[in-house]
Amino acid sequence: MPKTLFDKIWDFHRVGERADGRELLYIDRHVLHELHAHHGFAHLEKQRRPVHRPDLTFAVQDHTVATRPGRDDDSNPSGTAFLKAMREGTRRNGIRLFDLGDPEQGISHVVAPELGIVLPGATHAVPDSHASTVGGLGALAFGCGTSEMTHVLATQVMALKRPKRLRARLDGRLGAHVSAKDVALRLIAELGVAGARGYAVEYAGSAIAAMPIEQRMTLCNLNIEMGGRSGFVAPDDATFGWLAGRPYAPKGATWDQALAYWRTLVSDDDAEFDREVTLDCSALEPQISWGTDPSQVVGISGRVPDPAAIDGSRRAAAESAYAYMGLSPGTPLAGLPIDRVFIGSCTNSRLPDLEVAAAIVRGRRVAAGVTAMVVPGSSSVKREAEAAGLDRVFRDAGFFWGESGCSMCAGGNGDRGAPGERCVSTTNRNFENRQGVKVRTHLASPATAAASALAGRIADVRQVLLTGAA
Amino acid sequence: MQVFSRHTAIAAPLIADDMNTDQIAPVLHGRGLKEDYRAMLFHRARRREDGSDNPDFVLNKPQFRNAGILVTGNNFGAGSSRESAVWSMLANDIRVIVARSFADIYRENCLQNGLLPIVLAPAEMDGFTARVIAADGAAPFTVDLETQRISGPGGNDIAFDIAAADRMRLLEGLDDIGLTLKHMDEIVSWEQRAAAAQPWLQTARDGR
Repeated sequence: MPKTLFDKIWDFHRVGERADGRELLYIDRHVLHELHAHHGFAHLEKQRRPVHRPDLTFAVQDHTVATRPGRDDDSNPSGTAFLKAMREGTRRNGIRLFDLGDPEQGISHVVAPELGIVLPGATHAVPDSHASTVGGLGALAFGCGTSEMTHVLATQVMALKRPKRLRARLDGRLGAHVSAKDVALRLIAELGVAGARGYAVEYAGSAIAAMPIEQRMTLCNLNIEMGGRSGFVAPDDATFGWLAGRPYAPKGATWDQALAYWRTLVSDDDAEFDREVTLDCSALEPQISWGTDPSQVVGISGRVPDPAAIDGSRRAAAESAYAYMGLSPGTPLAGLPIDRVFIGSCTNSRLPDLEVAAAIVRGRRVAAGVTAMVVPGSSSVKREAEAAGLDRVFRDAGFFWGESGCSMCAGGNGDRGAPGERCVSTTNRNFENRQGVKVRTHLASPATAAASALAGRIADVRQVLLTGAA
Repeated sequence: MQVFSRHTAIAAPLIADDMNTDQIAPVLHGRGLKEDYRAMLFHRARRREDGSDNPDFVLNKPQFRNAGILVTGNNFGAGSSRESAVWSMLANDIRVIVARSFADIYRENCLQNGLLPIVLAPAEMDGFTARVIAADGAAPFTVDLETQRISGPGGNDIAFDIAAADRMRLLEGLDDIGLTLKHMDEIVSWEQRAAAAQPWLQTARDGR
């Protein structure tokens, strides 16, 4: 019987069924971060239960770490206890920690793929909703809470209900300066913030085939913003080329054996999906959010929508968003004055994201009055960017160049805006108060964020480059 | 986990869709390992800019200060997977949330902690919400998981659906890890099979 890629991965990893009907799914790689881990360690120690597979478990310090140069445990006082508890807990349990100061420290969703810890066809869990970032490599990932994390620590399986299968077919060639971020924002706008709830999403189509691995990760990262826990792309030659030689990836004969298996990781031609959606990406322009959830999105040439044009069930949310964002219906997005730009987060902080932004800002200056930050997704990304001179490009333009971590995505490390500030951000959530109390977040691509930093306003990157304006 | 069988409490109407976990349990400055989950719940919505109570927020109204049932809209608990968004409910003695729908991870976090997530069909939800608003905290509602019924002022009992497995887990307060550990033999034999079939999955070593 023809199978979808999801079914192939799920069926291989299905260990059994529990008395309560939940299916036990083996988790090949489990990555912890400091906000949740200490709860799990304490819980297991109280119950005198060991970590079943510390060798398949990894840990990072990312959510609370300061980004300023020379940082230490105390640079963000709100994070100190979490960093120490993580260090002690991983030591007691024999878990490899990418600690503050480790040359490979960074955001879990950036570190795990770049080290080859996560592999095609593998299952992956992280106590963080953006776990499915690694779906860009063809892994099946599940974001989870603290209890489920603790369960995986004790058993190396998750007890799940099998989700339904959705295929999102994205076709057409992306225009200049249009990237996976724009595609994802458009898709969320079309399907809504709960549009993929209950589904595992396979991204397919010609736009995906042409997409570099880092962009596939951006797309899969945003899957949760339309309610889907898992999103992935079938691995292909681009994936295998990207993974080859990475530290934790298989080597030699095992690599050859893995590769032969990975080539079978596609949905069969006649496989059935529970739902299919399509998006033509060929005419897509850069996208930007105008409101306070990631489905409130328009093209960069668009305007804040009129309430009459909004579906009745979504109108109350729009009314509340106008007020919070300080925007009136009909206002064009391009041209709105801004106070901040943030380039970073598990969504858009990998090397190609920084290269795109650097190419736009090279030789130019951030507009007066705009605070602009770049925070690389990992210490490895930072090192590579510095080797290529990107830090100079950003610094010369007036950007802050930070140490790696989640930073302003959720502000858990103290990097936040001031009340009323308008921020163009390459992150994943424009929720109220997320980047600081009363901060107004506009989600966009690294290219749009960079162009806006130069213009001091929300800008269409295509025009900034065309006119050299800034 | 706390057992759930029956809960009688004031029901508070928080009529909104897509309430996200940043709103339910915001990340606060000056946090430590032992957080004040009681104060965390809807921390920003509950306060005005000067830090005083916002009298307009439903849980601050005198009749809802001791609410133990929350009644809300679609996609409750969207966003971050933080479990504090459930712990903060329990810290305020809210044991039941009745919604039009829940975000997947949030619903799972509820089940893990003995917080009963109930979804009603649209027509029933309309009726129940109207009753909760009409009751205005003057009389409690009772949610009975044994009989799968909600009773209270303003009308007949309302039956609700819940997967048998989820119901059993809440009623018995089952130790989720314990339940899975009964399958340890299967887990270990799966590991042995996987080590033969896909050996790269069962080892994760830095090859440098």
